[in-house]
Amino acid sequence: MIHWLEKHMPKLVLTPSFAGVLVFVYGFIGWTAWVSFTKSKLLPKYDLVGTIQYDRLFASPRWETAFENMFIFGGLFIAIAMVLGLLLAILLDQKIRTEGFIRTIYLYPMALSLIVTGTAWKWILNPGLGLQATVQGWGFESFTFDWLVNPDKAIYAVTLAGVWQASGFVMALFLAGLRSVDQEIIKAAQVDGIPTWRIYTSIIMPSMAPIFMSAFIVLAHLAIKSFDLVIALTGGGPGYATDLPATYMYTMAFSRGNVGQAASSAMIMMVVVFAIVVPYLYSELRSKNHG
Amino acid sequence: MDKTYNSSMKTAQTVILRIGLYVILSVFALYFLMPLFVMVTTSLKHLDEIRSGSLIALPRDITFDAWQIAWSQACTGIKCEGLSPYFWNSVSLAIPAVLLSTFIGALNGYVIAQWRFKGADIIFALMLFGCFIPFQVVLLPMAKLLGIMGLAGSIQGLIFVHVVYGIGFTTLFFRNYYVSISQELTKAAKIDGAGFFRIFWSIFLPLSLPIIVVTVIWQFTQIWNDFLFGVSFSQAGTQPVTVALNNIVNSTTGVKAYNVDMAAAIIAALPTLLVYILAGKYFIRGLTAGSVKG
Repeated sequence: MIHWLEKHMPKLVLTPSFAGVLVFVYGFIGWTAWVSFTKSKLLPKYDLVGTIQYDRLFASPRWETAFENMFIFGGLFIAIAMVLGLLLAILLDQKIRTEGFIRTIYLYPMALSLIVTGTAWKWILNPGLGLQATVQGWGFESFTFDWLVNPDKAIYAVTLAGVWQASGFVMALFLAGLRSVDQEIIKAAQVDGIPTWRIYTSIIMPSMAPIFMSAFIVLAHLAIKSFDLVIALTGGGPGYATDLPATYMYTMAFSRGNVGQAASSAMIMMVVVFAIVVPYLYSELRSKNHG
Repeated sequence: MDKTYNSSMKTAQTVILRIGLYVILSVFALYFLMPLFVMVTTSLKHLDEIRSGSLIALPRDITFDAWQIAWSQACTGIKCEGLSPYFWNSVSLAIPAVLLSTFIGALNGYVIAQWRFKGADIIFALMLFGCFIPFQVVLLPMAKLLGIMGLAGSIQGLIFVHVVYGIGFTTLFFRNYYVSISQELTKAAKIDGAGFFRIFWSIFLPLSLPIIVVTVIWQFTQIWNDFLFGVSFSQAGTQPVTVALNNIVNSTTGVKAYNVDMAAAIIAALPTLLVYILAGKYFIRGLTAGSVKG
């Protein structure tokens, strides 16, 4: 008995976690998927009726806004954070004496809750007393910066706060990447008189391709899941101008009592994440096993 | 002559470039610091000064009233007892959740990295994927399950949820750390008659301090800053600090007290900021773990 225990101990130790993952991740995804094909309203029902929830979802103007916002916010957030992060990393890689100090400043927003970030930016961007009023107070009377309360611009306010939070993190990723490039090759290129910008575009960047990929995955993942930031900054408003799939799902699940819509919108989020993450994880695990 | 002229041109150019570089870096530093600066100064001002003054002006006469109100009097909906009860909710939920998920992750990582058996890689891949799901997809069934377990709206329920969905990451951290330790060590210890747990306690755990620190910091930051689980699975009285902060800021009763909002936001941010300042190196290592190969 003791021998048996000892022999199977590794499996026994892993079993509860494995069972937990099967139930709480895959089982729950299955449950949500199932319910998304039912007529569930306030309470979940289990008779499958086809795609009515999805039909209703894509007929809803509110979902249309949320879904579009995911691409506007996601696209801008990823693009700007990547460019800014890369720029900061390259600037910091020039043998800066106070590098550690500056890096600490650039990265601290990542330690904050998005609720804190949202609260701060909500205050800064409020037109009545924030940045707009301050600049107007300096004499620039016609200065307007009303993104937060302008339905056409509010999603950019969310982007602005999101970029502020995440670009330091992207910088840290790229900086680690820059440092891992073989210094001998760079020295050789410098000896050959190749200009610095060519060294970056032709030698350093290409060798950092996997880091671009990781940064993209992490940012995309953050963007799709973004919920806290919208709640704290705009509450989805004005109207539902800054709704994202995540806030739509939450509203349906917990304020509107519409389980069917909540489940179907969650499944769409899942599919989008799947489409981005699965190819990445697949290639990661493959290269680890074969390389 | 020509040569010295050229080289002095070159030095002048380099100096200008360096200055430009530092200017740009400083501008970005200001950009990142500005919100924190505004938060701190606003929290120290009187409301009249906020209404009449400029966003980025220093407070004319410093007051800590807003901090006092944020901590013990601000209204989160109907109740007006400030942030403090919710702050302690977060503490009492984060500590057990961090310790449990770190411990389980350490054991899992140890098994997957050192006691390879058939299927272990598939289990690891399945767990890893669990890290990436949008949690919206598990909110509804989890709410139902917590109800069945009698944990709905309780701190224990939140601890449970954070442990369940934290294990993926903690396992990943420890697995990647232990995989770099030679399996020969485990084999030799086995030949000497040491068992599974003995090897873990006396060989692996003592080697694990750095990764434990990374994991604890990562988990603490995640759990402290969590909002989605907190707002979905808590009820009046058991809310974590992030939910209470959001309620204070968006509470519609009474006069809008921006200084209190800012003080509350700083209070909610202090623990993770402190961790970041004290152990930034490990924080960054956690953030970049798994993202940067090698």
